[in-house]
Amino acid sequence: MALLEIENLSLTLAGRPLLKRVSLTVRRGEVLGLVGESGSGKSLTALSILGLPPAGAVLSGAVRLQGADLLSLDDTAMGAVRGRDIGMVFQEPMTALNPVRCIGDQVAETVRLHRGVSRAEANAVTARTLARVGMPAEHFPLSRYPHELSGGQRQRVAIAIAVALAPKLILADEPTTALDVTTQAQILDLLIQLSREDGAGLVLVSHDLALIAQAADRVVVMQAGEIVDQGETAAFFNTLAHPYSRALAAAVEPRMRAARAPSSEPPVLEAHDVIRAYSGRRTSLFKPGVSQRAVDKVSLTLAPGENLGLVGESGSGKTTLARAILGLDAASEGDIRLGGEAFSRANPADRRRLRRRIQAVFQDPFSSFDPRWRVADIVAEPFALFDAPPQGRERRRRVEAMLEQVGLSSADADRFPHQFSGGQRQRIAIARALITEPSVVVLDEATSALDVTVRAQVLALLDDLSQRLGVSYLFVSHDLAVVRAITDRVMVMRAGRIVETGPTAEVFAAPRHPYTAQLIAASPNLARALAERKTRYAAASAANSNEAAP
Amino acid sequence: MSSQGRTSSALIIGAALSALVVAIALTSLVWTPYDPRDMAAAARLAAPSLAHPFGADAYGRDVLSMVLAGSRTALAVAVTASAIGLGIGAPLGLLAAARGGWVDEAVMRLNDLVFAFPALLIAVLLAAAFGPGAVNAVIAIGIFNVPVFARVARGAALSLWAQDYVLAARLAGKASLRISAEHIAPNLLSGLIVQAAIQLSLAVVADAGLSYVGLGVQPPEPSWGRMLAEAQTLFATAPWLALFPGAAIVLTVLGFSLLGDGLRARLDPRAAER
Repeated sequence: MALLEIENLSLTLAGRPLLKRVSLTVRRGEVLGLVGESGSGKSLTALSILGLPPAGAVLSGAVRLQGADLLSLDDTAMGAVRGRDIGMVFQEPMTALNPVRCIGDQVAETVRLHRGVSRAEANAVTARTLARVGMPAEHFPLSRYPHELSGGQRQRVAIAIAVALAPKLILADEPTTALDVTTQAQILDLLIQLSREDGAGLVLVSHDLALIAQAADRVVVMQAGEIVDQGETAAFFNTLAHPYSRALAAAVEPRMRAARAPSSEPPVLEAHDVIRAYSGRRTSLFKPGVSQRAVDKVSLTLAPGENLGLVGESGSGKTTLARAILGLDAASEGDIRLGGEAFSRANPADRRRLRRRIQAVFQDPFSSFDPRWRVADIVAEPFALFDAPPQGRERRRRVEAMLEQVGLSSADADRFPHQFSGGQRQRIAIARALITEPSVVVLDEATSALDVTVRAQVLALLDDLSQRLGVSYLFVSHDLAVVRAITDRVMVMRAGRIVETGPTAEVFAAPRHPYTAQLIAASPNLARALAERKTRYAAASAANSNEAAP
Repeated sequence: MSSQGRTSSALIIGAALSALVVAIALTSLVWTPYDPRDMAAAARLAAPSLAHPFGADAYGRDVLSMVLAGSRTALAVAVTASAIGLGIGAPLGLLAAARGGWVDEAVMRLNDLVFAFPALLIAVLLAAAFGPGAVNAVIAIGIFNVPVFARVARGAALSLWAQDYVLAARLAGKASLRISAEHIAPNLLSGLIVQAAIQLSLAVVADAGLSYVGLGVQPPEPSWGRMLAEAQTLFATAPWLALFPGAAIVLTVLGFSLLGDGLRARLDPRAAER
């Protein structure tokens, strides 16, 4: 009998069907990868299994855990199932834990709630569980508070809460998305190892097909509330029967073009010895605090038309460096030159003139625009840098032309940002960045908030624009697949310093610095995951035939 | 999105009561049943009747007319005082958020200083220096309102400054004051309107309190607070003297605070979900 059986699960919210006859099964000890883009219904499916659909949702169909229908349970009965029979891990380790309670109490709470055991017994289970998730009490006392832990460690505590009672089913909704790549790989391995040890089923919800290829035994693809494709992982990736699965797989590792030869023309952007220091906390009234360098003497150059990638994990200083280069951060030191002219030390008039040459696109397509402004005014805002900004018809004409360049229509100029999807908004942001015809555009995680297929489209647009307009990009990202696709040269940043720099293809093929190698090895990669799966499978079947032989 | 635009009953009742008070105040400018300053010896302490629906006070003045006319004093003081608070406080808060550093510190510490003095104390100080009167009451309540608006504006502005569209405006070379005017102020207007409605209700209470101790508008101009003070000694014999101005204060305050709460729920979807 299957551990979890979902049969024709449909969910309607305010008259809109959000899940349409979803049917799937999870067996004991199986890792099921549930993949899809935002709005596909993958998280809704997970929440429906937990009995936590959004308020006002109408559910039909059946969700059976070991044959018992969960949809017919009332809140109290479902509460008993959650935590005891089904453990859950969510995306955001920052908000999953209660900041005012120590980690031991938070794990022990689940144990005591469901088992009704004494405090001492609960603490013993807690200590065992935390040791299992790699947080032994010798190094991480139960009295630690969440703020004393890193993101990865917090996610380990969240996993400890989920597995404390050895549930039969573990639901993990984007459990590694908020983490750095090197941490991601460890957390994923941990989840799989724990579920295998306990013989539990693991439902891994993710937008990342490469991660699913690496971890899941079986893949289920959802699109617009429906299951469109599913299969055993190896077979699934071999056939990619459904066009949407093919599109997803193609979008995971976008390929743009061959890198261009380095240009011999003078650089459009130069940064010399950029330093951004934050003063540390004072330990004595008479001594200044020890300052910390978020960016420590970084230099870089950017040739005309060149795309430079800046990769690193969170806290590496890459965004701080980008802000310093953009001149948004007055407190940074160093010399930044645009087209040979001093930018960081320019007088206000020169600065304003030079600013036309460097613009930016930010990560969040939702906070990038004043919600009260129309697209026409948003895109035209950088015209404020001109001494005689275009007015009236001419302004309108240039805005419309730019919107068409980025694949929007001229009629979009009169709409408000909230009327657009995430990908369209990033196009508006790109139009705003390009309206002053800059020579450099800084893209700070500009595609990180987008779904993979949308991301591929935006990348294609960026690539096309860089070739047509000859603009150079400084592409800041933690996403190696994206950087690999669009950059000619890449710089790897760690703890405020550049540890490696070189042509993108070379760095990815043969990283010289161990940290670069570690980053590349840790980041999910579809081709590699499938290759590894093949060797693992070959080894396993070889072992099986050996056993069978005597 | 769906909760935005939802009109709560608090908003409807609040808006209706506030509109009623404003309508009464406007009407009293041109018409009241009697002249509220007119003393009629024959009607002294008359109980409510057809001729004097709310009765008459110890000097024979018609209480209905005084309550009606009192509304315009109360509104004038409350609206002007809130406008002073909004007009000075909101720009200060915007400035503090835009400049940060020592400007922020200076503005906010000054606010703390003013905030520490109750309106009554400021009014007593002003009355001691310049004599009691409506103008000084307005100034006292207005000063008391400045830090309230400054704090609300600064808090909301700080969170808006963290938005990426502000970064984009900085990349467009705009100075912090221009960004405050173009991006920050319009986006925190709704919060300020809500606060203004709440401050109006508080100002009505403050005005009544100041008039009660004789620091508000001076006789013979009618005022709800002074009517209550005068009614106090006669409460056993003529309870209507306290009842009607008291009810007028309660309804006005209730109207403005319900309006504020209703607007908050309508303009801020997060508050509506609670």
